[in-house]
Amino acid sequence: MQRTVDFKLPHFFNYPPYFTLQPVRETREKQVQLWKELILDYCRSQKMYIISLEEDFPLFSNPKIERSLSYEAKEVFLAALVSEGRAEWIDKNHKKCLVLWLRIQDWANYILDFVKENGLEVTTIEDIRSGIETHGTELAGIDRGVLMRALRLLEQKGKAVIFKGSSADDEGVKFSV
Amino acid sequence: MSVGAADWLPAATVMASGRPVLSAGEIERHLLPLVDLEPEENPRLAPLRGCLLVLTSHRLVFLHEASLSARALPLASIIHTYPPHRRHNHSPLRSLFSSSSSSSSSHHPRIRIQISLPLSRSEVVAVVVTCKADVDVFYGRLLEVIRTRAWEATASAAPASGAPVAEGAAPAEEDLAIRMPVVGVAGILRKEQETWESAGQNLQDAFQDLNALMSKAKEMMELAEKMRQKLLTNSSAQSNSNDEEMGSKQDLQDLLLSVGIVSPVTKETAGALYHQQLSRQLADFVRVPVERAGGMMALVDVYCLFNRARGTELISPEDLLQACSLWEKFDVPVMLRKFDSGVKVIQTKTHSDDEVFARISSLAQKPDALLKGISPSDAAFTLGIAPALAKEHLLNAENKGLLCRDVSPDGFRFYINLFNEIDLQNIHLPKTHGLYHTWISVATAAH
Repeated sequence: MQRTVDFKLPHFFNYPPYFTLQPVRETREKQVQLWKELILDYCRSQKMYIISLEEDFPLFSNPKIERSLSYEAKEVFLAALVSEGRAEWIDKNHKKCLVLWLRIQDWANYILDFVKENGLEVTTIEDIRSGIETHGTELAGIDRGVLMRALRLLEQKGKAVIFKGSSADDEGVKFSV
Repeated sequence: MSVGAADWLPAATVMASGRPVLSAGEIERHLLPLVDLEPEENPRLAPLRGCLLVLTSHRLVFLHEASLSARALPLASIIHTYPPHRRHNHSPLRSLFSSSSSSSSSHHPRIRIQISLPLSRSEVVAVVVTCKADVDVFYGRLLEVIRTRAWEATASAAPASGAPVAEGAAPAEEDLAIRMPVVGVAGILRKEQETWESAGQNLQDAFQDLNALMSKAKEMMELAEKMRQKLLTNSSAQSNSNDEEMGSKQDLQDLLLSVGIVSPVTKETAGALYHQQLSRQLADFVRVPVERAGGMMALVDVYCLFNRARGTELISPEDLLQACSLWEKFDVPVMLRKFDSGVKVIQTKTHSDDEVFARISSLAQKPDALLKGISPSDAAFTLGIAPALAKEHLLNAENKGLLCRDVSPDGFRFYINLFNEIDLQNIHLPKTHGLYHTWISVATAAH
């Protein structure tokens, strides 16, 4: 994974204690918050949805100051995101994490706005993920699972209907704007 | 009850720790708690009650611990001592003749002493031992001390006069030894007796040498004290001498200062009062070194220093710990402190952590420390304390939120805590002032 240039890391990324899990409660609380913000910011800018504890993640090490997070530290920071509803473990062993830089509710609202703006009352799932209109929005390359959950939420509220499309793996959506 | 009433005896000075102040060359020989002193013949002399009796080489000190006051009976004024005796109930004749004033303590063993007081004829007083201590041991010590006449040795300052006992006793026995032919079983026994006696003689000679050595050691200690005083005055006179010289002077001073507790409290002299008295002596001893070390010293260091000062009568770590833990009961200027990590230190009661925190904080804000953090040894160097202690201070400062840690392959280092300086709303916003700003400017210049 390559860190793209358009994400500017904050200054404290070069602060060595940022990479050591702080034992003192108050200090750690602040540290955890800073990590949560940074992870969400980064994932949003890089359109990343999955963080795996066992694979390299650009944020979790800083070669410039030769520091990297311990496994325990990564787990603590991700667990903090999970407890706030900004992430979800996607396996039982808590090795992989789905990061929700927008909550499902926020995604649903975002999709609704997007559909209104572009006049796409009827479209396909694939079009939402990679259509021409999607280009340049948050929806570009959205995790399929996240998208489906947002759409189902809209369906529950009576704002959308998901239906089977022409091919087996393509589904269509009809929005009632 | 204070000892003020007994003004027929000279007052003795007592330290705040509750230990008697000993004069030069005076050595503590035995302690007995709960002792009364009763004049037997003269009712105008007020008795002393419930005192700690300290037998030194020079005096009998009657110390009233609650009021921290004491009276002393100089051994030089003792004319005669009578062996201890108990007034048994089954002896009606004795109880008939017993003085009415001492009826309360009539079951306790008494040691009667004839003394000569200034401005009066001789008096007979009784040392009444009301605790369950071995009076005979005390009496033996008392006789020994009186025979040694150490007060005269100090007065005339004559060396090697500490052992007149052995000198007086040994030749007499040699005169008595009549050579008998070695015949039969009796002969073998006699031969055995002779070897035994000559071994005893050798031993006595050896102890005589030891006594000579001891009195020399005393002179050495006086010399060391003089040298230290001289060094102190010198170093204050020429304060512009270079650091290295000052350092070596400091070392020498440390060496000299640690030469000696003249009269260490021992299990032998203090008996049941051992830990209590040890605790008091330790409190007197550590005050100076602890203050010089910046108000705090590791228990291990104190142990070494204290035992070095004691020289021969070494104490065990358990004894030290017990002595320290007894401080809570006395009004002494030092205390035992246990850090969260379990490290134990001795600190003065006036010692404040805030001062240490301020110094650590300013150390951690130096440009170099902002960038690379500080290690316990850095802090030890700057604060002038042991690294183990410095680490405790750093951990303490971390606990207070002053510092935070960095654990890496390079080791365990501490940085000034920037976490609270960073704005959570906008993590990319560099502040235009404050600690975070300072750190950013230093960090960006370096990377």
